Amino acid sequence: MMKTQVLDADGLRRTVNRLSHELVEKNKGVQDVVLVGIRTRGEYLAHRIAKKLEEIENMKVKVGVLDITLYRDDLRGRLEQPQLKSSEILFDIRGKVVVLIDDVFFTGRTIRSALNALMDLGRPAMIQLLVLVDRGHRELPIKADFVGKNVPTSRGQEVKVEMTEADEEDAVYLIENDEKEKK
Amino acid sequence: MKLQSRHLLGLEGVRKEDITLILDTAVSFKEVLERPIKKVPPLQGKTIVNLFFESSTRTRISFELAERRLSADVVNFAAQGSSVSKGETLKDTARNIEAMKIDMVVIRHASSGAPHFLTRVVKANVINAGDGAHEHPTQALLDMMTLREKYGKLEGLRVCIVGDITHSRVARSNIYGLKTMGAEVSVCGPATLIPKNIEELGVRVYHKLEDVVTQVDALNVLRIQLERQKSGLFPSLREYHRFFGVTKEKVDKASKPITIMHPGPINRDVELSADLADGPHSVILEQVTNGEAVRMAVLYLLGTSN
Repeated sequence: MMKTQVLDADGLRRTVNRLSHELVEKNKGVQDVVLVGIRTRGEYLAHRIAKKLEEIENMKVKVGVLDITLYRDDLRGRLEQPQLKSSEILFDIRGKVVVLIDDVFFTGRTIRSALNALMDLGRPAMIQLLVLVDRGHRELPIKADFVGKNVPTSRGQEVKVEMTEADEEDAVYLIENDEKEKK
Repeated sequence: MKLQSRHLLGLEGVRKEDITLILDTAVSFKEVLERPIKKVPPLQGKTIVNLFFESSTRTRISFELAERRLSADVVNFAAQGSSVSKGETLKDTARNIEAMKIDMVVIRHASSGAPHFLTRVVKANVINAGDGAHEHPTQALLDMMTLREKYGKLEGLRVCIVGDITHSRVARSNIYGLKTMGAEVSVCGPATLIPKNIEELGVRVYHKLEDVVTQVDALNVLRIQLERQKSGLFPSLREYHRFFGVTKEKVDKASKPITIMHPGPINRDVELSADLADGPHSVILEQVTNGEAVRMAVLYLLGTSN
C-alpha cells in the first residue's frame, strides 16, 4: 500500500476558506443558503464551512446532515449491510438554496441518492454541490458547482479524507492499493 | 451489520447484537416518520404479503404502513372469505402465494409454530406477527424500543408484565427479549393465568400487584381476554379488576412514577384504569408509533440482506 499526501492540514484549511468565499460570491451572500452535509465527512466539512461563512458574512447558516443509506442503488447487492443512521435536517428546505456537501466526488451515485433523499424532504429553490476532492470517473451526468481540489486518479486508487473530528489529523491522501487487494 | 437469521420468528435465542441493531435502525426510521414525505425507497420492487389468519387491526395496519413506507408492494390476505374457508391447508395457501413471486411473508396465525412451518415450505423471508400463545416478536421489540427511549438503556431496568401470562405471546416475547438485553423481568397475575415453571425463564412471579409496584420501573399491562372468564380461569371481570386491575390507587404506593405500557386494545377500567391509560406516565401511544418504526426496521434489515 502506497500513501501519497494530496493536501496537508494547512492546505485543507485554505481549501475550505476558498470554497466558502466562492459560495458567498456565487450566491451573492448567504441569505437563503442552507448547508447539508452527507454523513460522515460531509457533515464535518459542512460545519467548518458554516463557521467560515459566519466569519465572512457575519450570519449564521443552518447546517443539516443527510444519511443516504435508504436511497443507495447498491443496497441489496452488498455483502455487508450498511448501518442506517438518521438524517438530521431540522429546518424547512423549501425555497432555500441547498448546498450539498461531500468529501470525495467519485461516480456520482452518492450524489444521485442524496438528491433523491433531499427531494423527499421538500422542494428547494436550488441545489448546489460542493466537494472537497473531485477524483473523476463519473458514472452519472452530475457536476459539482464548487470543487476544492481536482485529483486525477485511476479506479483502483482510493482517496481518503481525514478530519480531526473523526481522525487524528486534517489531510487528504491518495492510496495505491496492492494489486491483490483490488476487487 | 446484518441479522443472523433471514426470518423473524421469535425473540427466543435472538442475539443481543441483533436486537440492538433492530432497535438502533428503528430509531432512524422514526426520523423518517417525522418527515413531510414519509416514504423511502429501500424495498422498491419487493412484494410482501400479509397473511392474517386471525383478526387484527393495529398490527396489520402497522405492518402495512411500514411496508408501504419502505416502497414495497403489498398484498393483504385475510382468512375470512378466502380459499382457507374452502378448506385449503396452510401449506397449499403458502405455496400458491409463493408461486405469485412474493419476497416476504408477514403471518399471524392462531396456531403456535405456523410461521416456523412456513419457513420450511416457502423461500420468502417470514416475519411472525403473532402465532398462538407462542411469540409476537415485533410487539416486544416496540415495547423495548419505548422503554429504551424513555430510560436510555434496558440493562437493569425492572419490568413487570401483568395479566394473563399463560395465553400471552406478548409476554413470552417480552420475557425473552428483555432478559437477553439484561433487564429484570417479573410477571404478576392470578395463579390460574401464570404458567407453571415460568421461573425457569428467569422471571420472578408475584400474585399481588401491591407487592410489585414498589419493585419496578414499568408495568406492561396485558389485555384480559373476556373469553378466559367463561372458561373459569377467573370468577368475574369485577373481581379481576379489584385484584389485578392496574389503578392509580395501587400504583401510587410506589415512591416514584411507574411507566405504564399496554399492547392494546385496552379494556378500560378492567385491566387498566382509564386515568392511568391517559395519564402522564402512560407511553401507550408512543408504543404505537414505535411499532411502526420497529416494523420498518425489521422489514428493511431482512428485505435488503440477500
